[in-house]
Amino acid sequence: MNKLVVSPSPHIHSGLTTAQCMYGVLIALLPAFFVSLYYFGLGALLVTVTAVLSCVVFEYLIQKYLLKGQPTIANGSAILTGVLLAFNLPSNLPLWIVVIGSLFAIGVGKMAFGGLGNNIFNPALAGRIFLLISFPQQMTTWPRPQAFNMALDGETGATTLNILKRGNIDEIINIDVMEMLIGNAGGSFGEVSAIALLAGFAYLLLKRIITWHIPVSIIATVFLFSFFVTLHEGIEYALIFAELQIFSGGLLLGAIFMATDYVTSPMTRGGMILYGVLIGIITVVIRLWGAYPEGMSFAIFIMNGVTPLINNYMRPKRYGEVAKNG
Amino acid sequence: MKTFRIGGVHPSDNKLTAHCPITQAPLPSQAVVLLSQHIGAPAQCIVEKGDQVKVGTLLARANGFVSANIHSPVSGTISKIDNVADASGYNKAAIYINVEGDVWEESIIRNDELIRECQLDSQAIINKIDEMGIVGIGGATFPTKVKLMPPRDMTAEVLIINAVECEPYLTNDHALMLAKPDEILVGISILMKAIHVERAYIGIEVNKPDAIELLQQKVQSYTGIEVVPLQCRYPQGGEKQLIDAILRRQVASGALPISTGAVVQNVATAHAVYEAVQKNKPLIERIVTVTGEQLSQPGNYLSRIGTPISQLIETAGGLPEHTGKIVLGGPMMGRATANIDTPTSKGTSGLLILPEEQSHRHEPSPCIRCAKCVSACPMGLEPYLLSRAVAVDNLEIAEEHHIYDCIECGCCSYSCPAHRPLLDYIRLGKGKVMNIIRNRSTEKKQ
Repeated sequence: MNKLVVSPSPHIHSGLTTAQCMYGVLIALLPAFFVSLYYFGLGALLVTVTAVLSCVVFEYLIQKYLLKGQPTIANGSAILTGVLLAFNLPSNLPLWIVVIGSLFAIGVGKMAFGGLGNNIFNPALAGRIFLLISFPQQMTTWPRPQAFNMALDGETGATTLNILKRGNIDEIINIDVMEMLIGNAGGSFGEVSAIALLAGFAYLLLKRIITWHIPVSIIATVFLFSFFVTLHEGIEYALIFAELQIFSGGLLLGAIFMATDYVTSPMTRGGMILYGVLIGIITVVIRLWGAYPEGMSFAIFIMNGVTPLINNYMRPKRYGEVAKNG
Repeated sequence: MKTFRIGGVHPSDNKLTAHCPITQAPLPSQAVVLLSQHIGAPAQCIVEKGDQVKVGTLLARANGFVSANIHSPVSGTISKIDNVADASGYNKAAIYINVEGDVWEESIIRNDELIRECQLDSQAIINKIDEMGIVGIGGATFPTKVKLMPPRDMTAEVLIINAVECEPYLTNDHALMLAKPDEILVGISILMKAIHVERAYIGIEVNKPDAIELLQQKVQSYTGIEVVPLQCRYPQGGEKQLIDAILRRQVASGALPISTGAVVQNVATAHAVYEAVQKNKPLIERIVTVTGEQLSQPGNYLSRIGTPISQLIETAGGLPEHTGKIVLGGPMMGRATANIDTPTSKGTSGLLILPEEQSHRHEPSPCIRCAKCVSACPMGLEPYLLSRAVAVDNLEIAEEHHIYDCIECGCCSYSCPAHRPLLDYIRLGKGKVMNIIRNRSTEKKQ
């Protein structure tokens, strides 16, 4: 007989692993990926493959040769960073820019802070924001969606957010919300299909990989805030405007997949809701009154930095705090 | 459906022995009776080597208020008084008895006839429970009489019977409820009389529908007892969690559970109280669930306290070939032992045999701050933070974040996707912090 193992309790485990969480999110991103392949074709595929490959390679090289440690690329977190970065880029972005974004995301966003679990900012977002500031022209030239698109330099055009920013009421009322739900709209290729992203959200909730708190509080805040801000134009218009705010730009992608990044979001339910509400407010403020048409990335990025503070003040409700009849 | 309000996890039941009736385990050839089978001071041995004892003979007397009498579980000759490694792995004093025949003390009533009426008054009941060495046999082994004598400024309002059995694999309480419902209910009535309460709730998780149905039917002929079905969630059998689940009241940090007006007793303890008060029978045997996927005859074995676990495993079909771990108790809070001669004690509810492939821990990876431990903690603590504070020996942070409230249920380590040994660190830090707090209060007194 082998020697008996003696270890402290518990002696069983839920079986959930870090890798399962990461691959779960990747599975949830599949519907959005398929939609983007349909509308943005080869460009979307190339950008995604490039981002994933370079993120994984950079993480491996940095872990192995700079940190002289055991590479942990198998846990899927570098793949996820690559996919999320890619989804936040235009499909016609030159691939060398994608590689630079990946290097920044992994190298500066993640590894410089000590690797998985220690980064303050969402690495994919760090990469995207770095690119947005460094290559503003390439990063804001959006190809028009076109079914089974094989061309890499197709027609480009305004995104819904550009139209919203211009604030021409007639133009706004004519936007086809149905097309936006499906994904037939301009923008970063992973963010365009609301239905696909919501399907991913349902999967994440079902698999208990994330809870509803962050996405729902972001979406609710953005809706209510933009509704009340435009209420003076009439309820009907305010409703359309608020609705378009939800379905445009990277709002759903950000709310469901970026803001919920474990490492950079708060630890308690209360903290998550506060975090979500603040992201919502900052997003709308930037979108309506800021210089950029899109505020989601910056809002999440800013709140990433506030997360340690939220963790410090928003403690879980302890047992016995309410002592009697609580 | 009722359940507790903070945290909790839902591991798979694995109640392999749910439908195994109680089986009598054979007598051991030698019984090893520990002097410390309860929380509190070890009992004081009053027998010597060479003494002849019968089943039920007092071997050791309670040493102080928080302590318990210990009786002989077998008849025979005391061969030695020596140390033995108990479930904790530490050597503890024990009385070794060579078993000869099975002769019981004459005072013990050994028939199965149900005695419903109890003429004793509250104090007499408590004295009887004290005399018979009854302790909480759900696992915590707190002397029962202490819980029945609340501090003067507190009064019991309600009795809660813990029949939750939320630990996976264990079915000893379940089997007992199916076999001895009336005895349990009389025991509950006796406990209610002892603490002067009119109401008792029996909390049972819904994975035992047959026990719920049977007891619901039986309680109709008793007054003031109600069965409360509970949603399945671990650690509902924790005293604090059970009070919250049933009464919607919480015990303040550091306070006694009685501060909520509730006295909680395990269902098997209620049965032991019945036997002690109505049948004069000390706590000398108990049901032990011997279980594991690889065992050929897992079951609920009625066995004498002090039986070496090797013998129970033999009874259950022998140790399987690829055994990697033997756990005394359930998989969430039980203790692993490498010594198959470890004797059972009053608190041994189960014996879990895990195969080699389920015995090793995974390599831990970095914390990804997924917050699963925070939502799993039934005490509302932050295990990720506590474990990190202890790892860097920052005990002030650990104390500030209430590490002393940890009930060591294991929900955090269980749910951690990075396989971090959260509870190991917290347990270590909790001990250190408790020490600091104790020293601080003795310094103040001086």
